[in-house]
Amino acid sequence: MSDKLISSEKRTAYILTLPAVLLVFGIILFPIFSNVWISFKEVELKDIRIPEPRAKKIVKTISGETTKIKILYKLRNSSLLQEIRDVSFQDKFPKNFEIEKLDPRCSFEKHTLKCEFGNWPAKYREKLNVVFETNDGSNIDKKRLKLIKPKLDGKSDNILLNTNFTLKNFKKVLFENEFLDLLLTTFYYTFFGTVGSIVFGILTAQMVNQKFHGRTFMRSVLLFPYVAPVVALAYTWELLLDPNSGTLNSLLINYQIIETPINLLGQKYIELNVLGFDFKLRLALTTVIMFEIWRYFPLAFLFILARLQAIPKELYEAADVDGASPFQKFFKITLPQITAVISILFMIRFIWNFNKFEDVFLLTGGASGTRTLPINVYQQGFAISDIGMGSAVSIVIVLLLLMFMFFYFKLLGKRVDED
Amino acid sequence: MRTKNILIFSLISSFFLIFLISIWKILATLQGLNINSFNIEVIFVSGFFISLAQIGINDRIKNIYKSIIFSFAVVICDGYLIQKLPLWYNIGVFLILYFFTNKISKYNYNNLKEEHSTQVILFDFLTLFGILFFSFVILFPFYMMIVTSFKTQIALLVNPLDFSINFSQDIKDLFKSYFVIFKSYKFGKYILTSTIVSVGTVVITLLFAIPAAYAVARLNFFGKNFLSTSILIIYMFPAIVLVIPLYTIFSQLGLRNSIEGLLIVYTATTLPVAIYMLQGYFKSIPKELEEAAIMDKLSWFGIITKIIIPLSIPAISSVALYVFMIAWNEFLFSLMFLDNPNSFTLSRAIQYLSGDAETPRQYLMAGSVVVTLPVLFIFVYFEKYLVSGLTAGSVKG
Repeated sequence: MSDKLISSEKRTAYILTLPAVLLVFGIILFPIFSNVWISFKEVELKDIRIPEPRAKKIVKTISGETTKIKILYKLRNSSLLQEIRDVSFQDKFPKNFEIEKLDPRCSFEKHTLKCEFGNWPAKYREKLNVVFETNDGSNIDKKRLKLIKPKLDGKSDNILLNTNFTLKNFKKVLFENEFLDLLLTTFYYTFFGTVGSIVFGILTAQMVNQKFHGRTFMRSVLLFPYVAPVVALAYTWELLLDPNSGTLNSLLINYQIIETPINLLGQKYIELNVLGFDFKLRLALTTVIMFEIWRYFPLAFLFILARLQAIPKELYEAADVDGASPFQKFFKITLPQITAVISILFMIRFIWNFNKFEDVFLLTGGASGTRTLPINVYQQGFAISDIGMGSAVSIVIVLLLLMFMFFYFKLLGKRVDED
Repeated sequence: MRTKNILIFSLISSFFLIFLISIWKILATLQGLNINSFNIEVIFVSGFFISLAQIGINDRIKNIYKSIIFSFAVVICDGYLIQKLPLWYNIGVFLILYFFTNKISKYNYNNLKEEHSTQVILFDFLTLFGILFFSFVILFPFYMMIVTSFKTQIALLVNPLDFSINFSQDIKDLFKSYFVIFKSYKFGKYILTSTIVSVGTVVITLLFAIPAAYAVARLNFFGKNFLSTSILIIYMFPAIVLVIPLYTIFSQLGLRNSIEGLLIVYTATTLPVAIYMLQGYFKSIPKELEEAAIMDKLSWFGIITKIIIPLSIPAISSVALYVFMIAWNEFLFSLMFLDNPNSFTLSRAIQYLSGDAETPRQYLMAGSVVVTLPVLFIFVYFEKYLVSGLTAGSVKG
């Protein structure tokens, strides 16, 4: 009895989980594997389309003869690159039709015109003329003829399925693609975005953890940038920062803080002089990082706030008795309590920022020194139309991420051991 | 020691006052007032003076009179005599100063004697500063988005700083951008597509996730641990890595530019989160209820529909709201898979609109308002459910 129950439990579990597992594996895991496959191939965007044999049917009446009709098929290979083999053709006609002249490749049986065209090379085009006559002298309904569509079939190579592999893509990614610059930009973007959002998260969480009027309202306001659609936010920022008539530049000029507008999203470098040292700041990248911090600090805020609210009040009361200053309380009590959350947040945000595509894409499109690796995937795959290259870049992303996670956990594990 | 503390206190509070007045000035400038300077020196001196006087006078005059006197003095000095600005601006300055003097009135000689008093003051003012600073920084872009959508192209070009809305004009003129995007740019259709896609994703995700989450939470089967850990790992996986293979596969299957294609991808990407959140909740439901149901010979299907679902309505609705928001906000896949304007979602439509340099920006902002409002509305209205879910790490981004 109990054996039966266990086996039925197992069976039910598989039935219940199967749809979800299949869908997730099909849409997420399978593409990751096919990414590896594609990255070793030379594939361009235009190769993806499977070549199809196509026919356009044109029905022409012959003047003076109502019982006769001429049909013109415009045949072609849809692909400009690949041939189609063993093209077969089929079209149906009314019962009273008889064919006048038959192409040697075709046959007319059971009111069906069948043809075997053999192989069509790329860009192949042909016109096929057929004339029909009714055998009972009745008139021909042109519209009805048009409604019947011919069927075509053929075999062609799917460029994705053949086994020609090459290392060309990876060579290109690593040696021709300004790889170091790309990596550095991505690293700056990810690292400073992550650190910035965590710092702001700590500040805001500390703030909201105090008692004041409108605290719950403040908490939902702080989450606005995180829940609003990225498209709307990115375009609003773009308007705000626009050099010609953007609000920020107009304000700064109005208050005589700057003299000429700064193109915050379109200028790669800005020369700064701090304490007598001249240095070049990557302006557009900094702006994009600012946007990222602005948009994602709410997540850090929420996590840290939840942790802060769980810290026992007694700790602070004891510190008050000992006469600790607010800063001492923050550094000696609060910070040690939230390090665990921060290290998790750092990992989550690092991984997600590393793969962030939309924000940079919408703000700058990857121009003026903001080209990160995910942007490069898009540019290679869709702007340059080199699918293979795009795949290779995304494989590089996955490898870098796995490396990061490996070292991060190793480091974290070590620290836990030391504790 | 005390003099030092008094000086530090006055410095901090006057910087705070400068910050308050500057924000007010920026807002006033954006209403079309012609203010060209923050007048930092004047504000600093008056802030410093008020703080010192506050400690000096202490309780000798009633708080309200004190605040009103100080505020009046500054308003007349700064707003009226020096800058000659309209009444509403000066009322604002008055209120700010009133707030400020009230805030600092809790400090007196005795507080300042205490140990760490400067740090306490700094902490207090930093909190106040933070609240105002973050509210301003976060709300300002949203404010700008809404106001720009009510302006005209010419008004925006003539004075980019004038964000005042002319309410006396005709309703039709005021909402012109909205009429235009719905009439000429077919935004009604895009809203419909976005709604269908988002609601569809919610329904399919729940349909798949509830049984799977129940199995993970309750049943014992081979591969259960593997399944629950792989859910988390898949959740961390980047979408950008999926884009190229999915694009090629969808192109070959003819699923691009179709709502079905989007539905499949969105469901697959939201499923791990949904399962993760739901199984956590299902585990908290007492097992005895199900045992009773098994005694009554209820099938697994019956247990899920008659016991689990009615008991976990709050969790299911918060998952549903999340999935809706994720699908509604999604941009990457809609950019990749949709290139025919007939099947655009809202986000993709706005991006397409912006690709045309001729598109007036107020239309763009009207579109942005249309896409943002439903999400913010849902968020504010159901905030209690959603925040607890957010900490469970449910929204990826």
